[in-house]
Amino acid sequence: MSRIGVFVCWCGSNIAGTVDVEKVREEAAKIPGVVSALDYKYMCSDPGQNSLRNIIKEKNLTGIVLAACSPHMHENTFRKAAAKEGLNPYFVEIANIREQVSWVHEDKERATAKAVDLMKMMVEKVKRDRPIEDVRVPLNKKALVIGGGIAGIQAALDIANGGVEVILVEKEPSIGGRMIQLDETFPTLDCSSCIMTPKMVEANQHPNIKLYTYSEVEDISGYIGNFKVKIKKKARSVVEKDCTGCGECWNACPMHKNVKSEFNVNLSERTAIYVPFPQAVPLVPVLDRSVCLHFKKGGKCQKCYDACGPKCINFDLQDEIIEETVGAIVASTGYDLMDTSMYGEYGYGKYKDVISGLQFERLLSASGPTEGVIKRPSDGKTPQTIVFVQCVGSRDPEKGVPYCSKVCCMYTAKHAKLFAHKVHGSQSYVFYIDIRSTSKGYEEFVRGTMEQDGAIYLRGRVSKIYEDEGKLIVKGADTLSGNQVEIAADMVVLATGVIPKKGSDKLAQMLGISYDKYGFFTESHPKLRPAESSTAGIFLAGMAQGPRDIPESVVSGSAAASKILGLFSKNEYEVEGTIANVNEATCVACFYCQRVCAYNAISKKEIKDRSGKLIKVVANVNPGLCTGCGACVNACFSKSIDVKGFMDDQIYAEIKALAV
Amino acid sequence: MEDKDVKKEEHKAPKHGGDNSSDPRIIAFVCNWCTYSGADLAGTSRMKYSDNVRVIKLPCTGRIDPLFIVEAFKKGAKGVLVSGCHPGDCHYTSGNYHSRRKYATFRDLLGYLGVDLDRVEFSWVSASEGNKWVSIINEFTDKIKSLPGKSTDIFTKK
Repeated sequence: MSRIGVFVCWCGSNIAGTVDVEKVREEAAKIPGVVSALDYKYMCSDPGQNSLRNIIKEKNLTGIVLAACSPHMHENTFRKAAAKEGLNPYFVEIANIREQVSWVHEDKERATAKAVDLMKMMVEKVKRDRPIEDVRVPLNKKALVIGGGIAGIQAALDIANGGVEVILVEKEPSIGGRMIQLDETFPTLDCSSCIMTPKMVEANQHPNIKLYTYSEVEDISGYIGNFKVKIKKKARSVVEKDCTGCGECWNACPMHKNVKSEFNVNLSERTAIYVPFPQAVPLVPVLDRSVCLHFKKGGKCQKCYDACGPKCINFDLQDEIIEETVGAIVASTGYDLMDTSMYGEYGYGKYKDVISGLQFERLLSASGPTEGVIKRPSDGKTPQTIVFVQCVGSRDPEKGVPYCSKVCCMYTAKHAKLFAHKVHGSQSYVFYIDIRSTSKGYEEFVRGTMEQDGAIYLRGRVSKIYEDEGKLIVKGADTLSGNQVEIAADMVVLATGVIPKKGSDKLAQMLGISYDKYGFFTESHPKLRPAESSTAGIFLAGMAQGPRDIPESVVSGSAAASKILGLFSKNEYEVEGTIANVNEATCVACFYCQRVCAYNAISKKEIKDRSGKLIKVVANVNPGLCTGCGACVNACFSKSIDVKGFMDDQIYAEIKALAV
Repeated sequence: MEDKDVKKEEHKAPKHGGDNSSDPRIIAFVCNWCTYSGADLAGTSRMKYSDNVRVIKLPCTGRIDPLFIVEAFKKGAKGVLVSGCHPGDCHYTSGNYHSRRKYATFRDLLGYLGVDLDRVEFSWVSASEGNKWVSIINEFTDKIKSLPGKSTDIFTKK
């Protein structure tokens, strides 16, 4: 027999001003099963909670209903109070008579009637509550970081420094990501390699980090605390442990033309066996089988093998699949640049001297194709006039993407500044829509580019770029003066919009995390849970979430790491017990529930008798994956699955309580 | 005989939510994450709306069994509203899609049974749309009030 206590909160005058709380209490006392009804000024206060606890004890209550504020406010408070008296915390139900009654209605009599209805509903619900135990999932204290750019490296280092093993997987032959491609970084102009390389080396040498480069995550299954990961380690054709990184092999390679260097964004060539850049980590070359003569011409060429001292080149190496079990994952797959060839008027891809911002970075870089001397890709001459065009592809809902790429204003200012520093007497022009320079030291930096370094900023768009006698004629509008401008430039740099890394949507599907319409991973909550994905145990970092600069990427990497360290500080992960539950006696194994489950939480379970003979197959809910959404309940024809806390009989009782 | 019944019912009916078109009972099945929070937001913003509605909270619209809607009508509701997260915003990834699909078919069935389809409504209200919640409740309540009010009148006259 139920012994229910009803507690009606006044919330000062917030509720009591519009709802006759005494009437609600009186009505509560009339309901069969209610043994105690009380109203109090502030139920959430210490005295309020104490009286609640005392009555639970005194009257030996089996359930309590609070007619008070929204359950989103204080459900937890009251559950904890109940739990302290040994009552199962899920035997607490809240009738929301503040946010959904007293604050939104004015007629006291009618508001009171509604409050009584909501209270009755919850009394009927609590009568049918079953004890729910929170589920505890054991944790494998090992983390996987996908993507070895600055965000991923930061996350890996922070986790590893916290004493937890990390597996860092990078698709490219070296870690370092986009940041290592950059020259100097805004607003301090410290060189990217100088600050990045030590981090890369640290990640490689850290005893807690296992690094897989030239590798991809092939498959992921499982759930928080227990993810099974398959990593494909692509055949490098070089035995890593023997390689010294001496470079004899790539110097011997006959394929030193025709293969564009990805790292230098097509501004230089590389060999078939190569390291993407001299500071690569690990400093072990990769043999690109798609262009290597050995693989294309049936094994004739083996010049690299002949040149190699330690004989670590092995043409027979195969892709390897490595299986790991981890408890948490960081997805930090970074970004790509948009293809801007659809802007025919800019002539990217048509004119050699129209380049992207990332290409300009490579031209500026001392380790780049021109060793830091700015030269035109067409004829190698040093440009005297450069036009920078901002927002190419970004902030353009018609042809590109509507969002802002966030970093372009700043790197364009940096480009113009470095150009002025490197080529004295040169002139740069910047076409912009707005200048967005909102972080620490950014505005001053842009001002400096304009005022000290003499870059001319023109507010407006470029309408046409064409070649004329070795010059690029840039036609555009200066909307502030209202004039049309025409600039004869030697080079044009497009601030190209960023998009998520190719294939990140597939990875998201594999991980079971959500992503937005552009392909950026979405946070569990955009403000309050920015480091977490929609799936428990999977965290996000870096540009894979959306455009951001280096400090923000570092912060997000550290945030993901601290979330994981926090998670791993306990031995078990606690999941709310309001999850699906199968009645195995009535389950007919149709598995419609499995089809609608968005979390792959339902598997097949075989029930066998003592001799091991299969009796039947039933649905089984994995508590680590189930979120208690209840989609399976409605898919079930035999009514064999229910969600704890929202059982069918409870809902019907609620509806019945509202009968008129 | 008929008159007597009606009288009896009128006598029985409480002042609120009674069996007449001026004060119809409306039941709203809403999801916990979007619409329930949106309704809370209307409260914290002190917006005012019609008090005929009674909200039943579920984890997700995907949990809403069509039979809940039938049951609500059986228990005297004059209008039933289902509301959840906007497409693409479901807290549980796809629950609202299941719900939408189910609702599309179920609506046809309700119509076939003769239920006046003006009395069932499906909407998306996000956690930030307190004002949308207010206007949906007000408009839906006005619509239900404009329909005939006797208990059997959830069915269309054919």
